[in-house]
Amino acid sequence: MAYPYKKMTREDFDKIRSITDPGRVWVGDEIATEYYRDEMPEYGVFPPELYVEVINKEEVSAIMAYAYKENIPVVCRGAGTGLAGGATCKYGGIMLSVMRMNRIFPIDHKNQTVTVQPGALLLDVQAAAAAEGLFYPVDPGEKTASIGGNIITNAGGMKAVRYGLTRDFVRCIEAVMPDGSIMNFSSNVVKNTTGYDIKDLIIGSEGTLCILTEATLKLLPAPTCSATLVMPFGSLEECADMVPKVLELPFVPTAIEFLERELIEIVERNLNKLFPVKQGEAVLIVMYDASSKQELDSAVEAASEAALANGALDCFIAATPERAGTVWAVRGAILEGMKADSVAQEECDVVVPRARIAEYVKAAKKIALSHGIRVEPCGHCGDGNIHTEMLRGPEMSDEEWKSATHASLKELYALSKELGGQLSGEHGIGNGRLEFLEEFVGPRMIALYKAIKLAFDDKLILNPGKVIEFQQNKQEGNPV
Amino acid sequence: MKIIVCMKQVPAGNQVDIDPETGAMKRMSSEARTNPYDLFALETALALRERLGGTVTVLTMGPPQAEEMMRDAYTMGADDAVILSDRKFAGADVLATSYVLSQGVRLLGGADLIICGRQTTDGDTAQVGPALAEHLGIPHAAWTAEIVKADESAIQVRQDLGSVSQVSELPYPCLITVDKDSCVPRLPSYLLMKATKDRQVRVLSFADMPDQDLSRYGLVGSPTNVERMFAPPEKERQVYLEGKDGAEKAEKLFDILTGKKII
Repeated sequence: MAYPYKKMTREDFDKIRSITDPGRVWVGDEIATEYYRDEMPEYGVFPPELYVEVINKEEVSAIMAYAYKENIPVVCRGAGTGLAGGATCKYGGIMLSVMRMNRIFPIDHKNQTVTVQPGALLLDVQAAAAAEGLFYPVDPGEKTASIGGNIITNAGGMKAVRYGLTRDFVRCIEAVMPDGSIMNFSSNVVKNTTGYDIKDLIIGSEGTLCILTEATLKLLPAPTCSATLVMPFGSLEECADMVPKVLELPFVPTAIEFLERELIEIVERNLNKLFPVKQGEAVLIVMYDASSKQELDSAVEAASEAALANGALDCFIAATPERAGTVWAVRGAILEGMKADSVAQEECDVVVPRARIAEYVKAAKKIALSHGIRVEPCGHCGDGNIHTEMLRGPEMSDEEWKSATHASLKELYALSKELGGQLSGEHGIGNGRLEFLEEFVGPRMIALYKAIKLAFDDKLILNPGKVIEFQQNKQEGNPV
Repeated sequence: MKIIVCMKQVPAGNQVDIDPETGAMKRMSSEARTNPYDLFALETALALRERLGGTVTVLTMGPPQAEEMMRDAYTMGADDAVILSDRKFAGADVLATSYVLSQGVRLLGGADLIICGRQTTDGDTAQVGPALAEHLGIPHAAWTAEIVKADESAIQVRQDLGSVSQVSELPYPCLITVDKDSCVPRLPSYLLMKATKDRQVRVLSFADMPDQDLSRYGLVGSPTNVERMFAPPEKERQVYLEGKDGAEKAEKLFDILTGKKII
């Protein structure tokens, strides 16, 4: 079986060049170091042996068939904007970039869908839909991510409250299997109970099951108007307690986010982006989309009244794109602001039931403080996905930082589990959260994960060592 | 400290209808919004009021529909709002517009400080503010990027003028026009919306103006002759070239590039 993998030779390099084009193949030191890692180098920096940019599914298929035969690991890569250390060559081998496969086919108005290749950027897919009066609502923070990456990691983002995740918008998938065969999972249909729903298993599989070569996405009619409300509160806890009250209203919010004043000031100080609301130690940001001004006004009024009734200092209304832009610009710049304000960061991406957000936030702060770490919880409180950002101050040594974050993460994951939550809401397991997975989901679940992985990838050549790790059995050479 | 902020409703988006006879913009035809620069002017005024006390009055020349913008200014914190509205003001150029505003300011008993946005997004001339100061015979500083300091007697501002920055101190009464990004305009407050629901927006007409010389107002009082006015063309979107092979697609690309005289 698979372990250990073959170290690539000149013959292998030439073979990949002959399958593709020598101008799209780089080996060894020719490979740009950005392909050694994703957005989180903390989760692993691994040089590929060969980097290839493919242009069609036939090339992907031929490369996979060869890699399968020769026992060479392959990692598929999109825009490299992941936050889990997922798109890296942990065991060397081939890094296969699909970024040249970036076509967005004409919108299918009758089916209200768009078919895309995996390398198309999210922002281009959103713009292509908008140009035709339609709407691709999934809105993760990173707009320059590839749509393929979004699908294969089941990206979420802040509009999940109303619209759901990437998974909810994927009608069907075309993919190349580890042995090179090309398969279609579901088709452009609304319902499907034909056998196991493998499409939904592939979405979020982080490139460990197959390589996506095309997908068809569901679109919606575009909302005609929207407004963003900013509700300032005296504390983060009050802010979190407001979330269920917003959800109780007869209007479905598009997004609910919270921000602490300290975090706003980090962005203002480091990036010179000013927040338009000065009141409050913490603010709740609530966005509504609507198909008429009347509907929007009713939602705004109901939410504003609810905010005041629940202790908000006021409720500020951003109903024009410019005004909403000043709010979201600061929210969107948090990661960048924190990077500028600290030596290093570690992020915990837990998701908890929405009713337990306030409890989680309170306890998370205590946990991090007990390990001497500055912590900034922020994020998608409308869906319970609280990004708990841990920031390293200049005074901490490498060793102190490493042990403090590790200890904090262990406790935070235990806390999430206790509150009925999950380990990762939208960033995935990748390499970065692998060590915490088994304890969280338990050995029976891990056995199930392994069986699924083997059903797709019996030689374990696709993105090995991510999501699920097979240890080499030294006696028999078999993965266990 | 008495501050007057001049504001204007402009067409929302870039879909602007032009009257082919007069070359003037049809104000009724598309949805309106507050000129974005004027929100920075209002924010500057409100921040100064917070530090120095006093009142902020917003002033506009426009149709009665401008009430919506004035109510919006109330929800940001303005104390008083006045619309100068009369058919006799219609078709005004920079000179006539600034003259009407100067009459409005005189009617309001003058001000210590008048703040305008740097320019509007429809006319784009950036001249109304300075022209208003000239009509009133008061000093002005255009394109203010920062209020360096302000007290009871004078205001010090930094102007970014192309390659030079200039810091000037102006005694009151004076006028400044402010650039965008000098601050971030506060958002409308729901509490203020409720509190100002019944607050009046005053509408004044030609009959209220101190100067009753009709030749100073509207189209008659406008020496500017607009030859042609048009909204800039929409930006082009990404184009996909279809073709059976690279050569066919390259041919199409070549046609586009030569057609646009790029090559």
